[in-house]
Amino acid sequence: MTPVATLRDAGLAALVAFGLFAPLVGLRTEVVEGGLALRGRWDDVAWLVLLAFVGRLAVLLLAGRRLPRLSLPAPLTRAGRHAAPFFLGLALLLPWLPFVERYELDLGILVLTYVMLGWGLNIVVGLAGLLDLGYVAFYAVGAYSYALLSLTYGLSFWVCLPLAGILAAFAGVLLGFPVLRLRGDYLAIVTLAFGEIIRVVLTNWVSLTGGPNGLSGIPRPGLFGLSFTSEEGGFADFFGLDYDPVHRVIFLYYLILGLALLTNWVTLRLRRQPLGRAWEALREDEIACRALGINVTVTKLTAFAIGAMFAGFAGSFFATRQAFVSPESFTFIESAIILAIVVLGGMGSQLGVALAALLLIGGTELFRDLAEWRMLIFGAAMVVIMVVRPRGLVGTRTPSIALKEKRAIGGNFVSEGH
Amino acid sequence: MSALLRMEGVAANYGAVQALVDVSIHVDQGEIVTLIGANGAGKSTLLMTLCGDPRARAGRITFDGEDISNLPTHAIMRRGIAQAPEGRRVFPRMTVRENLMMGAEALGQPGDELPRVLALFPRLEERIAQRAGTLSGGEQQMLAIGRALMSKPRLLLLDEPSLGLAPLVVKQIFGAIRRLNAEAGVTVLLVEQNANLALRLAHRGYVLVNGRITMAGTGAELLAREEIRDAYLGGGAS
Repeated sequence: MTPVATLRDAGLAALVAFGLFAPLVGLRTEVVEGGLALRGRWDDVAWLVLLAFVGRLAVLLLAGRRLPRLSLPAPLTRAGRHAAPFFLGLALLLPWLPFVERYELDLGILVLTYVMLGWGLNIVVGLAGLLDLGYVAFYAVGAYSYALLSLTYGLSFWVCLPLAGILAAFAGVLLGFPVLRLRGDYLAIVTLAFGEIIRVVLTNWVSLTGGPNGLSGIPRPGLFGLSFTSEEGGFADFFGLDYDPVHRVIFLYYLILGLALLTNWVTLRLRRQPLGRAWEALREDEIACRALGINVTVTKLTAFAIGAMFAGFAGSFFATRQAFVSPESFTFIESAIILAIVVLGGMGSQLGVALAALLLIGGTELFRDLAEWRMLIFGAAMVVIMVVRPRGLVGTRTPSIALKEKRAIGGNFVSEGH
Repeated sequence: MSALLRMEGVAANYGAVQALVDVSIHVDQGEIVTLIGANGAGKSTLLMTLCGDPRARAGRITFDGEDISNLPTHAIMRRGIAQAPEGRRVFPRMTVRENLMMGAEALGQPGDELPRVLALFPRLEERIAQRAGTLSGGEQQMLAIGRALMSKPRLLLLDEPSLGLAPLVVKQIFGAIRRLNAEAGVTVLLVEQNANLALRLAHRGYVLVNGRITMAGTGAELLAREEIRDAYLGGGAS
């Protein structure tokens, strides 16, 4: 296209923009004494038209040019090997760093909750290749299990935690059975429906769950029977410390860190077991799995159950931290965010999922001051990541069995776009 | 001599279509038996029915004297039958080694067959740490057969191992099948469209037309039959 034609095209786009924005943005009615008055906002219109002009020009000039695929420079790749220990150390030391206050700790807890959920969903989506859009259902089952068990029977957190995990795993099997024959899009739709069903049940079963009002007054966890209160026999009193409400937050922080690391450890262990490799084989080719004599039913159900179990643990933690649960916390957007974390992180990569959770959850917190622009930035960031690194932040896969040394598998062989 | 595998009067549907009608075949211990037929004759369905998916609607399938007609697929594969499925179906993002190990681990075996499989297909040893998806078609076929062999099967089912491969590579693979049978004593049931090669390799063969067995005999007998030459070998050309 000649420069003149390009300019004319961009000018046309600007004209269309003016036609649209002049009445929509340029004219504004305002309430004044004795009625409405029309006020012009022509500077805003000018900016929008300019934006359309420049945008169209950029599209025309860059069209046909391939966007750069960001491959990390060598020093960064080398540094990547130390990334996992670095982040682990940072996570362990976080409460003791000088600049960390209550707010940072709460944010840390939030990020770690999503790291754990991401790792849990990674088992189902990243390893077994079963697209689950209703993962939040198991999170909800865990949270309500803990809330109901502790409120009704007065069981302690440490008794409820495994029970909530088991109940969530049971819910996972419950979901697993009807979807055994489904794959891809069809599976995604049914899991989506499952997530909604759980939420609707929680909203409407008022006698058990309190309906939209939720359940409140959920007991806080203690450390070996020591509660985090100011009274005698509490944690602070026992260790002869001055009472400080931050003690509880630090405790919760280490609790979720421990739970998240447990999820990671179990996943890494399972990947070296025949079961974990059967999951990966299932993701690659179901028919070949059957030909090899893998029991596909059992393999799928264990993936659902184990993934759900970790969501149940996370749900328990969520309930005890908030001391309040309601169906509002378990909407579809939660499932979508967790799935986004797994996909952006690079499916199957543990480090990638953790980084994506940090970026997505921590990032949106960071931009809190920008109010409604926050979600726009969030969305734009997701698009940019997927365009520049289509296989996720950490798009490599380490072989689970290797002859001598483990070589990372290039991003080219790792899944893209599904 | 009692047959290792016997199908008696087996009927099966593929979706709503009846794909197999009253099929009776047997494979003896140590034999290579081939099943030839045109596209859509039901060759692959026969192998699949053998593995329990789709299940036989009528008739009986016995393996080593045991009725396996009603066992689930994974249970059948645990009884010493292994399949290299049509279109190879290797796990593309796993390494060659991981693919091979899956063949043993799926059945809870330690994978001590690995050296023998690598000796049979030296190409796989060269590519052991490579992603299976980056292998050539022939290498993928070797991998699929090797993966099936990892569980030390007594009966190996091969579904169109020559599919989409260059003649030279097909020759290599058929050579390997022959050696496997002669040296390791593996019994083979081979489904092929390449009737000429298959009948030369096999001890016996069956011809499947529209889901029915229409002819049976030794490989040499079938090769000599006029009808076979016309229908499957391109009218008398070698």
